[in-house]
Amino acid sequence: MSTSALPAASGPVTHSFMNNVWYNARRYPLGVAGAIIMIVFVFAALFASTVAPLDPFSTNAKASLAPPGATHFMGADMMGRDVLSRLIHGARVSLAVALGATFIGSGFGAAIGLACGYIGGWFDLLVQRVTEVMQALPLLVMALVITASLGPSLQNTIIAIAIPLIPTVSRVIRSNVLSLREMPYVEAAKATGMSEWRVAIVHVLPNTLAPLIVLATAQLGSTILTEASLSFLGLGVPEPYPSWGRMLSESAAEYVRTAPWLVIYPGLAISLVVFGSNLLGDALRDALDPRQRD
Amino acid sequence: MAPVLEVSGLSTVFHTRRGLVRAVQDVSFSVNAGETLAIVGESGCGKTITALSLMQLIPRPPGEIVSGSVKVDGTDLLKLSEPEMRKMRGGKIAMIFQEPMTALNPLMTVGKQITEMVMLHDKLPKSAARTRAVEMLHHVRIPEPERRAKEYPHQMSGGMRQRAMIAMALACKPKVLVADEPTTALDVTIQAQILDLIGDLQREFGTAVVLITHDLGVVAETANRVVVMYAGRKVEEASVTDLFANPLHPYPRGLLGSIPRVGSARGLDVSPDERLREISGMVPALNDLPPGCAFAPRCSQADARCHAQVPPFEMKQNDHFAACWQA
Repeated sequence: MSTSALPAASGPVTHSFMNNVWYNARRYPLGVAGAIIMIVFVFAALFASTVAPLDPFSTNAKASLAPPGATHFMGADMMGRDVLSRLIHGARVSLAVALGATFIGSGFGAAIGLACGYIGGWFDLLVQRVTEVMQALPLLVMALVITASLGPSLQNTIIAIAIPLIPTVSRVIRSNVLSLREMPYVEAAKATGMSEWRVAIVHVLPNTLAPLIVLATAQLGSTILTEASLSFLGLGVPEPYPSWGRMLSESAAEYVRTAPWLVIYPGLAISLVVFGSNLLGDALRDALDPRQRD
Repeated sequence: MAPVLEVSGLSTVFHTRRGLVRAVQDVSFSVNAGETLAIVGESGCGKTITALSLMQLIPRPPGEIVSGSVKVDGTDLLKLSEPEMRKMRGGKIAMIFQEPMTALNPLMTVGKQITEMVMLHDKLPKSAARTRAVEMLHHVRIPEPERRAKEYPHQMSGGMRQRAMIAMALACKPKVLVADEPTTALDVTIQAQILDLIGDLQREFGTAVVLITHDLGVVAETANRVVVMYAGRKVEEASVTDLFANPLHPYPRGLLGSIPRVGSARGLDVSPDERLREISGMVPALNDLPPGCAFAPRCSQADARCHAQVPPFEMKQNDHFAACWQA
């Protein structure tokens, strides 16, 4: 179980950051694949104006519904806009919404879950009842109500999608904290004179990281889909700025038979991001757990 | 010499749905610097609750320390506010736990856990605290302490983790060390090493040790004085030699009688067909104690008075105390 059984461990072990990255990269090739996928998309999103071959907004009646070819590598939509360029620009919106909403939702969810699980008592009781009410509403309906009242914009879309994520995350973290709270090392930490807050943040919270990462990566995908649904209903990020979700939902019904590239490519982009984030998340969860090493 | 730890009249109860559970009742003892006091008794007799009461780690609610005082160097811990108590915990009074496998945070290196605590109490800068952590690991005879400090608990064996726990507990040179069954989870050879280690460090630092155990072998080897507890009360207190030579209360007498002896089956000093003796019956439920002596239902010498009145805890012989009507 320990490294001392292996001859390789007899030399001095260096623990620099790059060494760690290298070591883990070799152990989790799938995680590397996920990381590459995510890096490609993030790169495309950051440098969209340079990377995109054509202007994503300029319409061209002649190119309407043009199939994939030399000028339009992934075809063109009904208004003759280049699908590839729109996908690249759409990465901005979709990734901003997905990452933003997941971070905010998981962050607040984890904080609330930790507080509920650790403090317990009437505080927990009260917050959990509110959570239950929130969970009784479908994610989309709640996001709908929130955007409708805030008005459509990128920021509001992120907020609208993040808030409905909070109950799920907080429940998972809370149940995890409830069992961690009873661990002997938590009692031992208190016996060393640490304050309750410090014990909760230093000793309990890091131990909830594994389920948090898995949950967050799973939610990354569902946030992109929620954004798509909001856009479809006209409540997402406003036109003419492209988002994958809207590209998909606008064309899905009408053109799936006549111009399938309008559906396939945005769908592929969404699937790839979800796939990539899941691979990366799984590898991260394992790499961050010292028990999985050696 | 004034005792470092002075506990008097300590009573801890738990408010449960099935009524008031008197886990610890009127327990008093004192320990001098460099001395070891053992608290023995079977599961559920209140040993661990006594230990947690000293540390004030009783979960409140449902637990409550209803009376008594716990003085460390003259300061009554029960009168301190929670922030003041936090400074005492780990600083003046430290504890080591029964489960070395789970008493360390699995996600933090052992060195970092000790460093954190030293920084917290001695207000040292990180590098100095880290040096102290490595020193402590060296003190508890962990080989290659520099390298081991960078390891996670799962990379260590049970014995080594218990050493690390001891290193952490003693890192701030506490006056009192409460050891709650420190060797129960370890195998016998490691047990002896850990007990030796605690003894050596105790002599070196002059720590007063409260050793909680149900292993009379451990008591005989390490303790100076012994408190025997039964159903939340002290039933006997004496020096180790007196207790083992001449137990007064029928409960410790039964305990000592129920230790199997190598050779007894071969009839070296007992008849060959003698069976291992036992104490018949069960420990009474703490929320439903009999009106008299708690041990009376299991005691062969109990008479009407034993069943009706709680016997006083009094000196029976020179420096040898017991709570028994018959002794």
